[in-house]
Amino acid sequence: MGMTSSQRLQETMQHREPDRVPYSLPANMHPARDMGLTIKEYFSRPEYVVEGQLRLRKKFGNDMLCCYPFAGLEIMAWGGEAVYFDQGPPNAGAPVIKRPEDILALEPPSVEENPALRGVLEATASLKAAVGDDIPIAGVIVSPFSLPIMQMGFEAYLDLIYERPELLERLLRINGEYCVAWAKAQIKAGASAIVYSDPASSPTILPREIVLRHGLPTARSIIARIGGGVMIHLASGRGKDLVDDIAETGAVGMSASAEEDLGQLKAACRGKLTLVGNLNALAMRRWTPQQAEAEVKRAIAQAGPGGGFVLSDNHGEIPFLVEDEVLMAMVEAVERWGRYPLDWVVVDGA
Amino acid sequence: MSNLETITRQLVEALLRLDSPGVGALLDGLRPLAGGGPSLDDVVVPALERIGRDWEEGRVSLSQVYMAGRICERAVERLLSPDRPVRGDRPKLGIAVLEDHHALGKRMVKSALRAAGYQLQDYGHGRRPQELVEMALRDQVDVLLISCLMLASALRVSEVVAGLQKAGSPIAVVVGGAPFRLEAQLWKEVGARAVGRNSAEAVAIVRSLAEREPWA
Repeated sequence: MGMTSSQRLQETMQHREPDRVPYSLPANMHPARDMGLTIKEYFSRPEYVVEGQLRLRKKFGNDMLCCYPFAGLEIMAWGGEAVYFDQGPPNAGAPVIKRPEDILALEPPSVEENPALRGVLEATASLKAAVGDDIPIAGVIVSPFSLPIMQMGFEAYLDLIYERPELLERLLRINGEYCVAWAKAQIKAGASAIVYSDPASSPTILPREIVLRHGLPTARSIIARIGGGVMIHLASGRGKDLVDDIAETGAVGMSASAEEDLGQLKAACRGKLTLVGNLNALAMRRWTPQQAEAEVKRAIAQAGPGGGFVLSDNHGEIPFLVEDEVLMAMVEAVERWGRYPLDWVVVDGA
Repeated sequence: MSNLETITRQLVEALLRLDSPGVGALLDGLRPLAGGGPSLDDVVVPALERIGRDWEEGRVSLSQVYMAGRICERAVERLLSPDRPVRGDRPKLGIAVLEDHHALGKRMVKSALRAAGYQLQDYGHGRRPQELVEMALRDQVDVLLISCLMLASALRVSEVVAGLQKAGSPIAVVVGGAPFRLEAQLWKEVGARAVGRNSAEAVAIVRSLAEREPWA
């Protein structure tokens, strides 16, 4: 009898080889199509999301489930709104911090009293009741350092970082209180681990010195307070130059960008951090099943040996327009090429 | 190394240090427009292009590209007389973010073009395809630059292109943003005339279009 998904993930996070490469294909909007719902309708009720996650597990065999709907949810928690699209994820609407001085009066929202967040907690608890301990459920928070991109708009946030350090520190503290409460509530509801979404801490977005001054110290502090397993997701951003610094935050894993050499990244992370990635989610829309297999094979060859690897996309979200046929080809490719030991990697030299 | 290359390298270094006074001092010694000796044009655009390429290749961050564009924009505007346009009336440029509210990309492209002496009509963010078609036709722009963050919005550029074609308009649609950078063929799929992989490329694209189009 094979391992459960929980055992498989635990093993790979210990940097040992499980029975096969674990994978997570976060096609979290796809169930809406199967269920005859719009994306907005699908995310409007916790029971739809639970049904959708169970369908994803049945169809694609994901080793990790997730009830977190979309990042724009965070702005709803702070009093803003999400903008829905027919063919893609809802996006954060207008900023809730209109000018930097608004930070002086800002207070973190209550997680328990917020309907949008409560819906996610209800869904997580229901899903946990349905799947028990065999299949882990990921909770998600957007980091205190990355939340302001949505709270005040990217341009205003960059101006704040460079020109108003005192207000930046205050905002990070306020956001930190919210993020810790939000993460703990998801763990209490049944999440096994937290994905700490922090694109602003990627050197793709901000210079290393700013990330080391603000982003990763914030992560270290929040991860210590969450008290559970945390993986840092840079949402497509590069992270290779920060591997050792990310490992020091207490995170157990990090994302791999599609713009980085996965083999080099794996070498840097070996024994320190589990890598999650790095299939190009945007390119998937054009892939044939054969290309999907080739990409899965490449990723497994570069990062699979020795464990410490979860196959996934680079961004944490597979576009709604990616066909099921392509996702199925990835699943079959993992079954074909992802069984340990990966003898073919040596044989092929792939 | 030529004098021009030296100044460009010094400008890049000053921009990455966020040294506004240093940038100002470098640019003060240049002439506003083409003629004898190095001009603003000869130095500012290559410097921003170099920083843009460095971002694509992971050597600098997006915020550095943004700050470099902003510093250049301010420095150039300080040096140019406000009552004398740097370039002629053409090409007329319009810029917008399609559908979403993430306007940083637009801001960066705008800074790069303004630093190169172009004026733009800013159509804002969160625009629907039909709105953009109407605005571009109303203002008779030559080039419509569209910035997108999400794949779903990027795909709707095709509706802008179709709307302009239906009206018989020759307006060139130029796109940029993360979906186009990570999905190399997307710009062709949506019918855009060109794609910019970083903000400074917008300048080269507009110049290139201006050489081929009957705008003068």
